[in-house]
Amino acid sequence: MRTRFIVDKSVGYFLMLMALTSILAVFLIGFFTLREGLPAISEIGLGRLLTGSVWRPGLEEFGLVPMIAGSVLVTIGAAILGVPLAIGCAVFLAEIAPRWMSNIVRPAVELLAGIPSVVYGLFGMVVLVPLARKVPVAGNSGFGLLAASAVLAVMILPTITNISEYAIRLVPREYREGSLALGTTRWQTITRVILPSARSGIVAAIILGIGRALGETIAMIMVIGNSVIIPRPLNANPLTIFLSQARTLTGNIAVEINYATGIHESALFATGVILFVLIMLINSSARAIMRERTR
Amino acid sequence: MEETTGACRLRTIGYKLWYGDFCALHETTLDIPSNRITAIIGPSGCGKSTFIRTFNRMNELIPGVRVAGEVLLDGQDIFRLDVVELRRLVGMVFQKPNPFPKTIFDNVAYGPRAHGLRDRNRLAEIVEKSLRSAALWDEVKDDLSKSGLALSGGQQQRLCIARTLAVEPEVILMDEPASALDPIATLKIEELLQTLKKDYTIVIVTHNMQQAARVSDFTAFFMTDENRSGHLIEYGPTSRVFTNPREKTTEDYISGRFS
Amino acid sequence: MNAPGSGRSNLGSRRLMQRIAFSLVWAAGSLSVLILLIVVGYIVAKGLSSITWQFITTPPRGGISGEGGISTTIVATLYLVVLTVGIATPLGVGAGIYLVEYAEAMARKSRIIRAVVSTARFGVETLAGVPSIIFGLFGYALFVSSMHLGFSLLAAGLAGACLILPVVIRTTEEALKAVPVSYRNGSLALGATRWQTTQKVVLPAAIPGIMTGIVLSVGRIVSETAIFYVTLGGSYRMPTSLLSGGRTMALHVYYLAMETRAFDKAMGTAAILVISIIIINAVINLFSRKLSARIGA
Repeated sequence: MRTRFIVDKSVGYFLMLMALTSILAVFLIGFFTLREGLPAISEIGLGRLLTGSVWRPGLEEFGLVPMIAGSVLVTIGAAILGVPLAIGCAVFLAEIAPRWMSNIVRPAVELLAGIPSVVYGLFGMVVLVPLARKVPVAGNSGFGLLAASAVLAVMILPTITNISEYAIRLVPREYREGSLALGTTRWQTITRVILPSARSGIVAAIILGIGRALGETIAMIMVIGNSVIIPRPLNANPLTIFLSQARTLTGNIAVEINYATGIHESALFATGVILFVLIMLINSSARAIMRERTR
Repeated sequence: MEETTGACRLRTIGYKLWYGDFCALHETTLDIPSNRITAIIGPSGCGKSTFIRTFNRMNELIPGVRVAGEVLLDGQDIFRLDVVELRRLVGMVFQKPNPFPKTIFDNVAYGPRAHGLRDRNRLAEIVEKSLRSAALWDEVKDDLSKSGLALSGGQQQRLCIARTLAVEPEVILMDEPASALDPIATLKIEELLQTLKKDYTIVIVTHNMQQAARVSDFTAFFMTDENRSGHLIEYGPTSRVFTNPREKTTEDYISGRFS
Repeated sequence: MNAPGSGRSNLGSRRLMQRIAFSLVWAAGSLSVLILLIVVGYIVAKGLSSITWQFITTPPRGGISGEGGISTTIVATLYLVVLTVGIATPLGVGAGIYLVEYAEAMARKSRIIRAVVSTARFGVETLAGVPSIIFGLFGYALFVSSMHLGFSLLAAGLAGACLILPVVIRTTEEALKAVPVSYRNGSLALGATRWQTTQKVVLPAAIPGIMTGIVLSVGRIVSETAIFYVTLGGSYRMPTSLLSGGRTMALHVYYLAMETRAFDKAMGTAAILVISIIIINAVINLFSRKLSARIGA
């Protein structure tokens, strides 16, 4: 009789250790990336890493500004293309779609989330890059922010759609009924009551989507061109900046890590640390916003 | 229905409703007079909420609902009216107070704004008038920018009434509007009903028979039994239904022999 | 009773507005399906022509035209799936059981355990948001370099396990939470301990949900490229031991697309990847349907 309870208790503690492996993993990831990145951070300095505009490892120049600009711009591009589409999908699924249609759209969105990023990258290379090349602007190679943003927009769509739909579904039915009973159209009810009530959840969804976008690596390497330059418009039209090539923070790590040594390698790990911290901040702010909502 | 006096505003003729294959409301024919309070009473599950949700076609939000028969508003078939317009003409106050998560002002101005009114002064006028009519103005006039959700339950319900009045409906449906409130708040709502009936036709569902007897001019008694789900038993002036019911079932129900 | 600014006047324009808006929203929903069809359709249509039995069963021979098939990459992918799932499943399921079945009861008694539980939860949430290139960097620093495992299946498998650990934990948690409390109370009331209850009553009911998590993880590993790009070395030879390097199918697509001209072979491999993902999604849907049917019953 007693052994049963001893077994029960020890199993409890054993399982607790297992539950702690995830935090152990987080700790180890933080520790080892930081340990490898520390030499660069102390030798080059965090300030020069973050503000230096030249990245030339051969000459010991380690400025991340081109990559930061690349990541930021491609994320903005993806958000411009992807956010309206994703929220439209969420509204569609939560409020408008008849059952037969949501039975098509929902699995489609799920599958979009499951498609490997290398496949998106390949599709971007063989379909979107040639399309982007058709824009008649001197210096446009097709590889660049436009194609990369389009690919990324599709990749973040499932994240934003799923979380926004969830947020919209959390809006109490009473608000919907109250609004409709006042003689408003369904669309007015959606824009005036439902979306404002779900706002924080939708904002959190967008933030999480941005986090995903900043973390994406392989598809970006394949379509963005990877030139280490600060993207600039190709001609007088400022929008041509999106035809410029670029390199993302993640792509920079992946492209160079396998041959980098010494301080160069360390600088890449430092980039990883910066990315890790940034994405942790982004994700926890999104979680904080969502918790606020449920309170 | 011989006892109804004055103009008839709402009328159902052989109205029936099904949820899928389940007939939730059997043939109902009755006239609801204008500028009177008509109470719908009966045990839970007798279809009284379903019945009043007919008049602003709220039942249509539930998938699988089918209806038959006629429902007329001022002689017009409500199923031919634009549903959005119908719901402006026929307002509704719900069982659970449901102010929007907006300021008091924005709650009341919500309907007029949605209907295209932009003029700030006119909006302010409507908000004040509606809040006064809902007997809430004096309590909230100094903090109209406070969230509607910050009010007490009774105040929230009066805010919802003000919100309904702001779109100037002809009929107000009330689905157990006081069931979630304490006795004092309930009393306030009941007093308010008496002043509102001068301008509006009111249909109120209540499970509280004393309330029906106190506030209403006419009473319709719905019942459910093993043979038939919701159906109308008796309808007439409240004083008559309560003192001299024609049906045995009504008498049993009113005297509390079952609930 | 028609006051200025009330209904009738602008109902037409409101209706029109709604019609336009609804069309746009319908378009958004349909566009997501269309994008999927275009991406999947294009890859599969272009790739199908290079998929032959020979393509699947012969090893790649390298070179700028990407000669040969993909047999070794399939093997490497399967090895990695087994390895990562083998590592992450016991840990993840154990952690999930702890968080749902034990954490609350244990945390009630002690403040330290309460802190431990919330730390564990924080760990799961954080891990789920870490981008895969960071797992790659970490795997490279710890397993490849510090532990001298080199570019190897083992190093890649350990890093990959970190990627799917939160997936397994979360789905296990959800599966356990879906088991009605009455099951547990029934067993506990008969004098069974918590572990006996979990083992005999709760876990069997949660198996389809846990399986969903495992299948989901398989999909993640099959799709993953960045981690393995940094930890697996990229050799297309047949792996012979846990310490061999290798190349997964996804990685092969990357190398073919970036370093050779063999877009047809890249498409063929990508098509196989996409088809596997479609099958995996279908299996997940099957499981979740089974699960919801069981809970409904």
